[in-house]
Amino acid sequence: MIALTVNGASHAVAEPPHARLSTVLRDSLGLTGTKVGCDAGDCGACTVLIDGAQACACMVALGQLEGAAITTIEGFSGTVWGRALSASFLHHGAAQCGICTPGMVMAAAELLAQTPAPDEAAVEAALGGVLCRCTGYRAITDAVLAAHRYRHTSPADEPDGVGARLPRLDGPGKLDGSTRFGADAAPADALWLRAIRSPHPHARFTLGAAPPGVTLLTAADVPGRNGFGIYPHIKDQPVFCADTVLYRGDCVAALVGARDAVEAAVLEVEWEVLAPLDMAAALAPGAPLLHAHLPGNILTTGRVVSGTPGPSAHRAEIAIQTSFVEHAYLEPEAGYARRVGDTIEVFASTQAPYMDREEVAGVLGIAPEAVRIIPSACGGGFGGKLDVSLQPMLAVAAWRLGRPVRAVYSRGESMVSSTKRHPAHIAARAGCDANGHLTHLEFDGDYDTGAYASWGPTVAGRVPVHASGPYRVPAVRAVARAVHSHNPPSGAFRGFGVPQAAIAQEALWDMLADQAGLDRLEFRWRNALRVGDRTACGQLLEHSVGLAACLDALRPHWLALRAQAAAASGPLRHGVGIACMWYGIGNTGMSNPSTMRLILAPDGRITFFNGAVDIGQGSSTVLPQIAAEALGLRVADLVHVNGDSALTPDAGKTSASRQTFVSGRAAMEAGLALRAAILRRANAGPQARLVLADGVLRVDGVALRLTEPLHGEGSFDPPTVALDADGQGIPYACYGFAAQVVALAVDPKLGTVHLHKIVAAHDVGRAINPTLVEGQIHGGIAQGIGLALMEEYIPGRTENLHDYLIPSMGDVPPIETILIEDPEPLGPYGAKGVGEPALVATAPAIFSAIRDATGAVITRVPARPDRVLEAMARV
Amino acid sequence: MDRYFRPRTLTEALDIMAEHAPRPLAGGTDLYPALTGAFVQRPRLDWMDITGLATLRGVSAERIGALATWSDVAQAELPPAMRALAQAARQVGGRQVQNRGTLLGNLCNASPAADGVPPLLILDAQVELASAAGVRLLPLDEFLLGNRQTARRPDELAVALRLPPPPQAESRFEKLGARRQLVISIAMAAGLLRMAEGRVAQARVAVGSCSAVARRQRGLEAALHGATLAEAAGIVATAPLDLAPIGDVRGSAEYRLAAARTLVARSLGL
Repeated sequence: MIALTVNGASHAVAEPPHARLSTVLRDSLGLTGTKVGCDAGDCGACTVLIDGAQACACMVALGQLEGAAITTIEGFSGTVWGRALSASFLHHGAAQCGICTPGMVMAAAELLAQTPAPDEAAVEAALGGVLCRCTGYRAITDAVLAAHRYRHTSPADEPDGVGARLPRLDGPGKLDGSTRFGADAAPADALWLRAIRSPHPHARFTLGAAPPGVTLLTAADVPGRNGFGIYPHIKDQPVFCADTVLYRGDCVAALVGARDAVEAAVLEVEWEVLAPLDMAAALAPGAPLLHAHLPGNILTTGRVVSGTPGPSAHRAEIAIQTSFVEHAYLEPEAGYARRVGDTIEVFASTQAPYMDREEVAGVLGIAPEAVRIIPSACGGGFGGKLDVSLQPMLAVAAWRLGRPVRAVYSRGESMVSSTKRHPAHIAARAGCDANGHLTHLEFDGDYDTGAYASWGPTVAGRVPVHASGPYRVPAVRAVARAVHSHNPPSGAFRGFGVPQAAIAQEALWDMLADQAGLDRLEFRWRNALRVGDRTACGQLLEHSVGLAACLDALRPHWLALRAQAAAASGPLRHGVGIACMWYGIGNTGMSNPSTMRLILAPDGRITFFNGAVDIGQGSSTVLPQIAAEALGLRVADLVHVNGDSALTPDAGKTSASRQTFVSGRAAMEAGLALRAAILRRANAGPQARLVLADGVLRVDGVALRLTEPLHGEGSFDPPTVALDADGQGIPYACYGFAAQVVALAVDPKLGTVHLHKIVAAHDVGRAINPTLVEGQIHGGIAQGIGLALMEEYIPGRTENLHDYLIPSMGDVPPIETILIEDPEPLGPYGAKGVGEPALVATAPAIFSAIRDATGAVITRVPARPDRVLEAMARV
Repeated sequence: MDRYFRPRTLTEALDIMAEHAPRPLAGGTDLYPALTGAFVQRPRLDWMDITGLATLRGVSAERIGALATWSDVAQAELPPAMRALAQAARQVGGRQVQNRGTLLGNLCNASPAADGVPPLLILDAQVELASAAGVRLLPLDEFLLGNRQTARRPDELAVALRLPPPPQAESRFEKLGARRQLVISIAMAAGLLRMAEGRVAQARVAVGSCSAVARRQRGLEAALHGATLAEAAGIVATAPLDLAPIGDVRGSAEYRLAAARTLVARSLGL
């Protein structure tokens, strides 16, 4: 037994002395506010204080702590500084998914104890050891800088309707560590499951016997269909491979049993290693097929063809190559499954509970109604938790064994097994006339979709639609192919292939602008789509096309930053870049409905049944704001039931930037429906004022007495028209637009890029909650920085968070956001989505600035320092 | 089963080393990460936690104890020649790692990218190795044998660094990485120049991440001797560097070589 003082209380712990403090805190003491993101000191999520000094609990041995005083988020959050930081984080929108939040707060705790009013450099030095994938860090820095101002004030009653900067409703639990993520809860008697995965990208295998003391689960144990996948007709990824693996990380079996036994067990696997195909080899004539029914290893081809090219005075072309990008949500996949009679419950981190339900039902061979998906809090998704991960195997294990079964992926397992952003090889050509009006674009993109289909068809479909960008291009021929290889499955990642396309397309515009002698911003303004234009898909844009307004708003910043860059001296080369983007909100040319429900009970409780999963973006706050606005009540009047497939109607998945637009409209309709029901019951006119207090709803001052509950339900499915063979149709009901300007300097000797400032103007239709909208923009920009400058997943090489780099706190420069509100009539109160639009323009704007600074055209992404120097040498 | 020893005296510790040759544990910032990975199954280990050995603490201009953390080094009052070491101490990992990780551990881990090595090479640091058989001192460049290889015998414990009187000059550390914090160096350099009457009286330079073990650049140091500052810049720009970089996910070999030269110049203030 080792005696330990945690949050002022003494504990005697029976774990071995080499046990990680993080394990002891979470599993022995139940203090799950300390998160585990990597077990390697790379992410800082497990930061605690040991005798006042911050440390990663994952690298401290229990045996080293005799006599030490340990403080975790649970102990700190109730202190004066804890409350101040909590209030400041909430006010600044500094917590999104919340998985890094305890680590950030504990790092700040060390700083503020010594320096109550720190400067930005001190904040960066103190908090730089914690990674965040959601916020882009700036809000966190601001929250820590301002924390001292919240020491003695209690939060004011904030306005909460549409347009208000309401602090996120799920924020307090993220700040005090009480929110339960996938690894934070499981039945006490749950067995543990560990997947056995292939270290080879392509191999046949033979499994050895079950190791003693554990249960071995293989393909033969899957009671239903041994396959899952996003598309109803493509269930190509096995829960457990039968005899052949198609990528490094493919799952061949699972071991289930007591935790120690499962961790220690060794399963013998005999591998017959086969030659793997990369994308080029897979496309070669006569290449072996990964999936017999897909000739040429081509999963899908997307195509948009329109118009005939007119004469062009200037032409440009480019070929680029991008890399696999890892989502690097800081919460590795985790959860448990439990069999309840002939039904199954799965608690796990997910973006798509209703799709998970279908997958689990298919794998078990039972009806979807017999499956209950209970989403845990989701510690970041970004598209990566749209596919199932451990849900099918947990369900199979719990179903077979009749015991609850849990699993927690390590960082390495998360990285090797999960989907990635598609690496793209893109060749594009375009032209413009002498006045700088675009004449045509040709775009050919090959997207490495890896071993299994996942969201590959979605990417191949979405890319050609977006390939010409938010511009009038009279003639477009755009083709994107999703190509199978023995690489990790590429799936959904914030932008579905569009960010890669935008890099090529925006680079062309810079070249054409230069040839035409036009300012790069003015060139874009001249070609920008406007209301009344038709897209390359033939869609007439009737409303909410705010790109020109974004460019107008950026123009003074552009001019000022360019003047600063021109005036700069010294060894660094300064430059300013610009890029625009558009993004169709929701699924491409197919139905994607959402339903929201409100129930007013006779006791005056109004429950909002909201099936949209909040993965940090804020739908659990924004949708109540919309519903309350429609009802004519306060957000505080609502009680929330969030995302549980047994309780909430299907809101669809949290993807494609659709929840504010689609579920938001459904929430508005639900609010209006309940309001109408209330007014009918009260016999009141449409302007009647509702007030809920002490369990009594008053309509124009008169208490409403109910014997039965009143229901309000709203549904919305954005109107689209499926695309024909030439990509003609109405792929999306509305589009988000944006333009971003980047100012930076390049070290011409080292090739390092130093970002100075980013100004982002986004047409969001209507900002339901400006703080959350800005949070999305900041976070998208940070991921765009990573895509542009550092992120490159290489199987077998960068399977951890020190070889695979995501932006750290010091990598994100000051960001100025400008919200343009060109209302979308279909959206709730004019709103449309912003989640993915936030990211798309950043990388091309950075490359535009690098070219401005050095003349170098970046064609190999990410632009690592050595690649920047290589590109400069080609100038 | 794992065995975990936590000696209270050095004598006790050295007896344990002699008998069991366990893995010494101090800050844990290299040991624990090595136990995780996509295809890593944690091995059974014998651990010897040395954090109970109070005599191994402390940082001074003459001695850095085995328990001295990066934060201890960064906060200590040290002569100007040790400035590069203090700068490196604030660029290793995040503050969490700096608060627990030790310099000696960084050396014993013997990564080619160990940020502590170049600043210590230019100080002519020596590693004090203790065992039940006695104590021996090894110059740092004889202690580090290769990628993850040192001259420490299994029964020996690295107990301290010994530092001779440093040059009367301020050193500088230059680190190159692809992001701002928490980054493994693509290349790094530590250097100092002592000028007398307008000429280089003493030059020391070491480069890391460009060979299996960071290297002093003694040829360059000799070439710089007696040069004016203007001449020194030209010498650094053209002199052969004693390096053997590899290409990897962080950069190509050619890039490393070119970057190393730039970092050397900057570490010398040129």
